[in-house]
Amino acid sequence: MTDTAPATDGEPRPDTGLADPVSGEQYDEPSDVGTETGLIIETSEGAQELFPRTRTEPGELRREVGAVLRLPEGVVLNADDIDVEQTDDETMIINMGPQHPSTHGVLRLMIELDGETVLRTKPVIGYLHTGMEKTAEELTYVQGSTNVTRMDYLSPLHNELVLSLAVEELLGIEMPPRSDWIRMLLVELNRVSSHLMWMATNGMDHASTSMMIYGFREREMILAFFEKTTGLRMNHNFIRPGGTAADLPDGWEDDVTIICDTVLPRLDEYDELLTGQPLFHQRSEGVGNLSAEEALALSLTGPLLRSTGVPWDLRRSMPYLRYDEVDFDVIVGTFGDNFDRYSIRLNEIRESIRIIRQVVEKMPAGDYRVQDKKVTPPPRGRIDESMEALIHHFKVFTEGFRVPEGEVYVATESPRGELGCYLVSDGGPKPFRMHIRGPSFVNLQALPLMMRGGLLADAVVACSSVDPVMGEVDR
Amino acid sequence: MGLEDLQHNFLTGRLEDLVKWARTYSMWPATFGLACCAIEMMSVGAADFDLARFGMEVFRASPRQADLMIVAGRVSQKMAPVLRQVYDQMMEPKWVLSMGVCASSGGMFNNYAIVQGVDQIVPVDVYAPGCPPTPETLMHAILTLHEKVRSDDITRRRGVLLDGRPDTAGLASDQGGDTDDARGPDDDPSRGWTPDRPDAVHLGTPKRNPIIARSVGEPL
Amino acid sequence: MTTATDGDTTSDAPATAPSGGSSMRRRRGAAPEVVFPTRDQYLGVVTALRDEGFEMCADLCAVDYLTHPARTLPDGVAAERFEVVVNLLSLSQVRRVRVRVQVPADDAEVPTLFDLYPGTEAMEREAYDLFGVMFTGHPDMTRILLPEDWEGHPLRKDYGVGRVPVQFKGAPGPR
Repeated sequence: MTDTAPATDGEPRPDTGLADPVSGEQYDEPSDVGTETGLIIETSEGAQELFPRTRTEPGELRREVGAVLRLPEGVVLNADDIDVEQTDDETMIINMGPQHPSTHGVLRLMIELDGETVLRTKPVIGYLHTGMEKTAEELTYVQGSTNVTRMDYLSPLHNELVLSLAVEELLGIEMPPRSDWIRMLLVELNRVSSHLMWMATNGMDHASTSMMIYGFREREMILAFFEKTTGLRMNHNFIRPGGTAADLPDGWEDDVTIICDTVLPRLDEYDELLTGQPLFHQRSEGVGNLSAEEALALSLTGPLLRSTGVPWDLRRSMPYLRYDEVDFDVIVGTFGDNFDRYSIRLNEIRESIRIIRQVVEKMPAGDYRVQDKKVTPPPRGRIDESMEALIHHFKVFTEGFRVPEGEVYVATESPRGELGCYLVSDGGPKPFRMHIRGPSFVNLQALPLMMRGGLLADAVVACSSVDPVMGEVDR
Repeated sequence: MGLEDLQHNFLTGRLEDLVKWARTYSMWPATFGLACCAIEMMSVGAADFDLARFGMEVFRASPRQADLMIVAGRVSQKMAPVLRQVYDQMMEPKWVLSMGVCASSGGMFNNYAIVQGVDQIVPVDVYAPGCPPTPETLMHAILTLHEKVRSDDITRRRGVLLDGRPDTAGLASDQGGDTDDARGPDDDPSRGWTPDRPDAVHLGTPKRNPIIARSVGEPL
Repeated sequence: MTTATDGDTTSDAPATAPSGGSSMRRRRGAAPEVVFPTRDQYLGVVTALRDEGFEMCADLCAVDYLTHPARTLPDGVAAERFEVVVNLLSLSQVRRVRVRVQVPADDAEVPTLFDLYPGTEAMEREAYDLFGVMFTGHPDMTRILLPEDWEGHPLRKDYGVGRVPVQFKGAPGPR
């Protein structure tokens, strides 16, 4: 790949300083380095200078192709093995986004195309950067849920849950069982609504606009239940440190059972609509392939990781709440393609319905939040009766409660993958540092691999299959 | 022979009314869904809160074909030039509906990263509050916009009042308007606000990072 | 699990397991180990952890301790302004470990983990963007979340939130 500068007059080849960062071997500098100017592409990120393919170092090529860690020993990837026959002036760099009709938010893709085939991609993010981690340092722990809930806006209760779990771990308090079960119910319903939304947008990306309309049907039922319970359809601010904001409303068992009974047969309809279609199979099978090694190297989690065959689900492997007391299966794929991810999410809806039914049966009576007056506010009725209750209410909602000094990393399984919260407290009422590990942020790194060698139309579907939510990508 | 002798198949009205009727009932929105409000916007377009009854279910991806830009979600500093560019590419007559509190005023994110109100960038016709606004709120906002279109002058140009004076109602106080949003003092008051780079956005070239250059042996 | 380098000692902090029974802790078993290598030992420690079976780097972030310099650290660890925190996950052994490196403010550079865990590419770019900590050897050390020409690193403690004063029309005046 690099034109080796011939040694002149028996002089030793100069040390070019370019070295493989892993093995340390020296590369020969191409003879045209310094003299050749690259192709200047004017993009809205400034002028990007692109050099011909011949100048790509093997290390960079390896990184692109993603095979850094798993090469058999002793084999070095040779650039000649890469089947790129075109020279650079035959490839085109197009820009997709940040405003584009696919409903995955403000993601921008710079795609190098050879005709209709995608070669290299660069996802550009940051168009929804909201400074939420900075804002979190200004809000108390009680107010923190309002902030975090808007990160992954398709499954807001998951964000609230992970923050609350982190705070409770630092506080060292014992949670009443009912609060765990209520949280589980809400979080699993949220998983169902998020996956239904995904099926709608995924169907639309496969050009099935009827799936888009169908997918919102049951989602509206779940959102109506959320509105009845939490007060809002989205961004609920319901799961707070110490428990939940309120108890479940009367008659919730009937509502939830109706939801479960409605969703399951309709899932079979959607199954038939999409899985039964040969076109859908052709468009999604074998498209966007990932291998297990690539997935682990890129820190992918969630349905992306499970589609490659790795049976890793935090609810099963590192259970939180009461997931070890309910019965459910972890859905694992085989080929790591789009169809596997579609099946995984479809069946995860079924598993979530199964969990929800068990929660309805097993929900214990009791407190929905910890009775620690320093952490949770007293019931509103008691404020009129007791001065102490009034003072505690005031303190909790103005100054907030103090959390002992420490740091913790807590992870849960959101519909997109491992949603983690790294919380550092300095003993005050506001977090010192709150970092949310957004699964979509990390999963987006798989996009270039998934799109490579495919067609542009498959790029859209690959993007959809990763299921990014830009709110948690950019935070 | 006059109009009274024609029996059927004719509908007469003032030109103004017909134009406004056409504009109102086939106002196509441009997809500008950014964050959580986008999900509620999609719900409005779906079957439960049907937007198709207003003729608006086709969300045009291309701004050239769109009439209405529903800014749904928080606008970050990086997205602001893109927003302006899409707005500029839309053709007159065009309207802007600011959906949600983040688009209207910055919402709960009063920090370095979010533009405090999309009216800093584009002129807004209707504001829909809520976080996110329920689909009913959004529909009410859309119907308010329809009312506005129906009662407005069809030749009115944005930014200019009927007698030719500049329309300063939405501008900041140092430009002749009456809002107190933070603005730069150097903006030309007679022209209204324009982005400092009105054509294609040029962001900075990624600067050569000396540490990386050293580590890979490239000359600085 | 130690890395023997000349003269330096790795201090393995004892497992941080406060008493009490939140739903996370009761279910999960032992809390993760936290390791405090120095900057020179950092890459070696992470490599050793990866060889020990931590297949995935779950999270990499930075923390600015400018306003809280007196945090609790084990003996032998010199507190610096920045800390780079790496959370590793082992799927085979079902456990996590946390690596915390101290990074001084005037020389905010750390070796990159990209060659060990390519998934840290975006995470390190974010840490650079928001804190200004450089990762040497990273293939693309540019801003990822903020515009390219942004100045400053917002999540540092000396960078303000950027609040815009909000005035309400008809309000009676400043209180």
